[in-house]
Amino acid sequence: MDNASDEAFVAFERVQKSYDGENLVVKDLNLSLPKGEFLTMLGPSGSGKTTCLMMLAGFETATHGDILLDGKSINNIPPHKRGIGMVFQNYALFPHMTVAENLSFPLEVRGMGKSEREEKVKRALDMVQMGDFGGRRPAQLSGGQQQRIALSRALVFEPELVLMDEPLGALDKQLRETLQFEITNLAHELGITTVYVTHDQTEALTMSDRVAVFDDGRIQQLAPPDKLYEEPENSFVAQFIGENNTLEGVIKEINNDVALVELDGGAVIDAKPINVTTVGERTRVSIRPERVEYNKDRLSADAHTLKAEVLEFIYMGDIFRTRLRVAGKDDFVIKTRNAPDQTRLKPGEQIEIGWLPQDCRALDA
Amino acid sequence: MTSSTAPDTANDGPMLAADGRTLKSSLNRALRRSKLRALMLIAPLLIFVLLTFIAPIADMLFRSVENQIVSDTLPRTTQALADWDAGGDALPEDSTYRELYRDIFLAKERKLHTRLGSRLNYELTGVSSLFRKSGRKVEDMGEVYQDQFEDLDGFWKQGENWNALMGDADWLAAQNAWDDKSDTAQPQFVASGAVSTLLPLTAEMFTLYADFVQNEDEDNLAKEDPWALIYSALHQDLTSGAGVASYAGPGAAELQAAAAAAGDFETVVFREAFEDVDEDWGSLDVWQTLKVYSPNFTSGYFLNSIDMQKTIDGPEMRDDNEQIYLKLFMRTLFMSLVITGSCILLGYPVGYMLANLPAKTANLLMILVLLPFWTSLLVRTSAWKVMLQQQGVVNDTLVWLGVVADDSRLALINNQTGTIIAMTHILLPFMILPLYSVMKTIPPSYTRAAKSLGATNWTAFWRVYFPQSVPGIGAGSILVFILSIGYYITPEIVGGTTGTFISNRIAYHISSSLNWGLAAALGAILLAVVLGLYWAYDRIVGIDNVKLGG
Amino acid sequence: MKLAKTLMASTALTVAAGMVAADGHMANEMTIVSWGGAYSNSQQQAYHNPYMEKTGVTIINDESSAEAVAKLRAMNEAGNVTWDVVDVVAADAIRLCDEGLAMEIDADEQLAAAPDGTPASEDFGDLLVSDCFIPQIVYSTTFGYRTDMVGDTPPTSVCAVFDTEAYPGKRALEKRPINNMEWALLCDGVAKDDVYDVLETEEGQQQALDKLATIKDDVIWWSAGADTPQLLADGEVVMGSTYNGRLFSVIEEQKQPVAMLWDAQVFDLDGWIIPTGLSDERKARALDYIMFATDTQRLADQAKYISYGPARASSAPLVGQHADLGIDMAPHMPTDPENAKNTFLYNYEFWADYRDDIDAKFQAWLAQ
Repeated sequence: MDNASDEAFVAFERVQKSYDGENLVVKDLNLSLPKGEFLTMLGPSGSGKTTCLMMLAGFETATHGDILLDGKSINNIPPHKRGIGMVFQNYALFPHMTVAENLSFPLEVRGMGKSEREEKVKRALDMVQMGDFGGRRPAQLSGGQQQRIALSRALVFEPELVLMDEPLGALDKQLRETLQFEITNLAHELGITTVYVTHDQTEALTMSDRVAVFDDGRIQQLAPPDKLYEEPENSFVAQFIGENNTLEGVIKEINNDVALVELDGGAVIDAKPINVTTVGERTRVSIRPERVEYNKDRLSADAHTLKAEVLEFIYMGDIFRTRLRVAGKDDFVIKTRNAPDQTRLKPGEQIEIGWLPQDCRALDA
Repeated sequence: MTSSTAPDTANDGPMLAADGRTLKSSLNRALRRSKLRALMLIAPLLIFVLLTFIAPIADMLFRSVENQIVSDTLPRTTQALADWDAGGDALPEDSTYRELYRDIFLAKERKLHTRLGSRLNYELTGVSSLFRKSGRKVEDMGEVYQDQFEDLDGFWKQGENWNALMGDADWLAAQNAWDDKSDTAQPQFVASGAVSTLLPLTAEMFTLYADFVQNEDEDNLAKEDPWALIYSALHQDLTSGAGVASYAGPGAAELQAAAAAAGDFETVVFREAFEDVDEDWGSLDVWQTLKVYSPNFTSGYFLNSIDMQKTIDGPEMRDDNEQIYLKLFMRTLFMSLVITGSCILLGYPVGYMLANLPAKTANLLMILVLLPFWTSLLVRTSAWKVMLQQQGVVNDTLVWLGVVADDSRLALINNQTGTIIAMTHILLPFMILPLYSVMKTIPPSYTRAAKSLGATNWTAFWRVYFPQSVPGIGAGSILVFILSIGYYITPEIVGGTTGTFISNRIAYHISSSLNWGLAAALGAILLAVVLGLYWAYDRIVGIDNVKLGG
Repeated sequence: MKLAKTLMASTALTVAAGMVAADGHMANEMTIVSWGGAYSNSQQQAYHNPYMEKTGVTIINDESSAEAVAKLRAMNEAGNVTWDVVDVVAADAIRLCDEGLAMEIDADEQLAAAPDGTPASEDFGDLLVSDCFIPQIVYSTTFGYRTDMVGDTPPTSVCAVFDTEAYPGKRALEKRPINNMEWALLCDGVAKDDVYDVLETEEGQQQALDKLATIKDDVIWWSAGADTPQLLADGEVVMGSTYNGRLFSVIEEQKQPVAMLWDAQVFDLDGWIIPTGLSDERKARALDYIMFATDTQRLADQAKYISYGPARASSAPLVGQHADLGIDMAPHMPTDPENAKNTFLYNYEFWADYRDDIDAKFQAWLAQ
């Protein structure tokens, strides 16, 4: 976890938050992001991500610690003076105003002249391809259109930082994907810094420069999407991001970045030790389904293999998904690409599976 | 339409359903059935609403113009008055007084004259006792004729002779055979055809008399003696040249003798007789009032309720010292507005607080808001009396604090202030509840969004939150305004003289003066004003801008 | 169409139940309407309880006398009179009689004679102000004053009400012209015998209102009989008019520093009427009750519980002591010679005629 650096545009320094004086919702949060970054706070509900966003926006105050914006503490600055754009979960478009009035509102409260306002509103609407909808009421728009308006309203006064609180949660999958793309494009085009909150990991992975995975009031891992997926630093992140197979066991020995793990069933495998250090420690071994290999030719000779029984074979078009019983557990899944030479396993078949040691990560239990 | 059983006829005729009827008619049939079922489901409610809501309002509107009592009670007089020039300074003719005698005589027998007196007393002071007095004396007025007929021949004293003379022979036989101890019905009087043409007036009066005896008093007609009224009618018939010479029925001899003597009878000038009873019968006012109010329907009540009166020369404003209703209407509207306004001022923050507190606390506080509903209105209003009077809690506290001097205690009750305070308190829940339920549905994210867009707390409230709570204000205001317009108990108790409403006068006319027509007219005007305001509200604010919740 | 049948059946049931309820007079019950409070209690003790004991009839009390005229009219129009005997003031009885809503009663035939054989019509005498009305009590509307707020010279004349210099402070007057107009004229120099002649004229009415105008700012107008006692007890007014029985209760039962000002008290009558439109059976029972409840002893008994004078001459000597307080009731009766030196009798005939007119002017004057 990085400490706030001097160049950081937004920084949380040892921030804590408690609502009831007994439990901390946010525990000792340190986070900083440079200008122009698209950062996503990802986590299950109750993990503290929304609270962090609200503290940044100014609707909640930190119980302890500092929040810095452009190097200055904003703890005592009221929300309307922070100049942060925000997109809400349910859009929060003002129902009694037209779309144009909604967009004009932030400019109006800033005392901008009428003609300038109109021009900016027009530009902001064009930016989201909603130029013809200025005279409509929000209720007359579809969900996607409302989302676009909410976005352009948050951007119309040209904030340097925009916060988004699960802005796509209420939309259907296809629309969501389109908008994900549009949002990231806009953010990068305009060079604005974005803090995005979601509980949808795909969204987080596809949109972000970096993702902060929240759990239990702490950031579990802060990393770019690929690193997060491929190199989870603890078992929570491994479980939370993407599909994952877990085997439990005890560390037998560690040398040269390879740990020998004896699984609870008695089998022994190789793994890369991530946050295990001592022999005899219990561990959870994590392997991504697509990194599991059952074609012996592709495994190195000295690789440890495990016996497995095929339970279920699911044809999914681009991939095959096969469920196996491995080391006494029957929720072990492997994914294989649908290629011409690919074997289609049949239920009941006995096979041996293996993987590269670096793909198999020994994490905390 | 690929089904083989349903021919595709879309091009050459109406679409047919499976049974060959047109699709439209079978759809209609299905719809009608479901409509009928729906109607039956709401029927109890519909009947209830009709009986308890529509019918009373219709009844009220009808009462505000209905005036049949005058022509029902004095049918002959009002008819005679039709030709009278009320604008002149001559009293009606003597014959009108004779009709009046008959009307009042009959009304007195049916005990209706005092009711008419009360009715007309609303229009002209003194008519009540005039009719009561006249009712007492009217039996004596025509007695002169009765005495003379009876003096002429003892025949005229006997009821059975009269029955024989006036009645049809068959009826007479049946009547005389009837046993009044038995359970059988009394044979209804049938006038003799011959006598009816010979003595039309007498026959008419006798028929009325017979009907009254048989059906209202339920006495045996054979044992009753006729009214004095009939003798005067007989005298009139005989002196106006009835051809009794040709008459040969029962009592022919006595009738012919009477006809011969009648010309020399002492007569009664009914005008003088009435003026003897009360000199008011010689005043034009009484007759003009009778004439003005003889039609079956009148605008009089409505004119009265806008401080006008119906006179023979058309509507006129009342004297200044009798004008009250317009002032009360204005005051009622004005004070209801003030009460509505103060309910908004006090209720809005409460509603806001309730809507933004955690549900548990809000529910608890909501009980406090609703608490007044559980105490009797009278108790609450009386409590305000103890609070607000000059020796009351509020004044005592202010004096103790030194805010006001002991000898200049504030007048907080028995005036408009008292009414406004007490009514605001009573009606406040009606403002808070719709406000609360509307505010409850405004997500906090709107205000947050406004603030994030750079609005100060005040701007966020005023530009974003407030407009969305307006439907709640609208609903609450309509409730409070309409309720306060109709209130009368509280203004009566705490309003003194300057804080009473039009409803207090309506209540007075309903329960004390019994002038239900005027009360109905005042109520109808109030209803019209409310509907008018509602219409204006719809035009200005839009009625869909009213929400009681969600 | 099972639903329809069910609906029809339940509707029929409801209607039937409604009809039973409307005619809900059990054979042995009667509804008697009165004013409630201490007054109803006195009737309960003096009339109802002994009557129920004697006959086994159950008496149901209804406290609607204040709206009796309007309610009776409404019941009569609806053709469903649920009341058997109604206690009203004489003016209302006259109105009800005029409207044909109360039945006429022959005092000598239908009421009990005095113990010495004097027929009822003579025993009641002039108090039989309407053919439909059997008087029960004589009460008066008079003034009470705070003994601690009038200095060393307690008022002895009704005109003290109009003398705000000698007796500063608020006064409580009833919010209607009756009585107030008479008092105003009396204190404006009109002789007692001329009061109604003067009041018949526009000028006379204006004169009375002008006199009242001199104290208009000092008046709290009351509309319920309980108002003045409360205002006196709280020291809110220095003097106020109300019914003498209410003042008796303030003075003798609550022991407030209040005294009676009997001068120019206005006598009024309260009594029974029987509504028209009763079935023969109910009418007979109502008449039986009236006969019992208005005999000489019963009327005298009522004075044990409330300080109103019995309406029969023959009852006066039988008036004893208050049932709870044990004090002699005679000196507290408005009819006691000591109290009745200067009295008015409510002029029913006059007010029946002039009530609507003068009330309109009075209310207009009040609203100014």
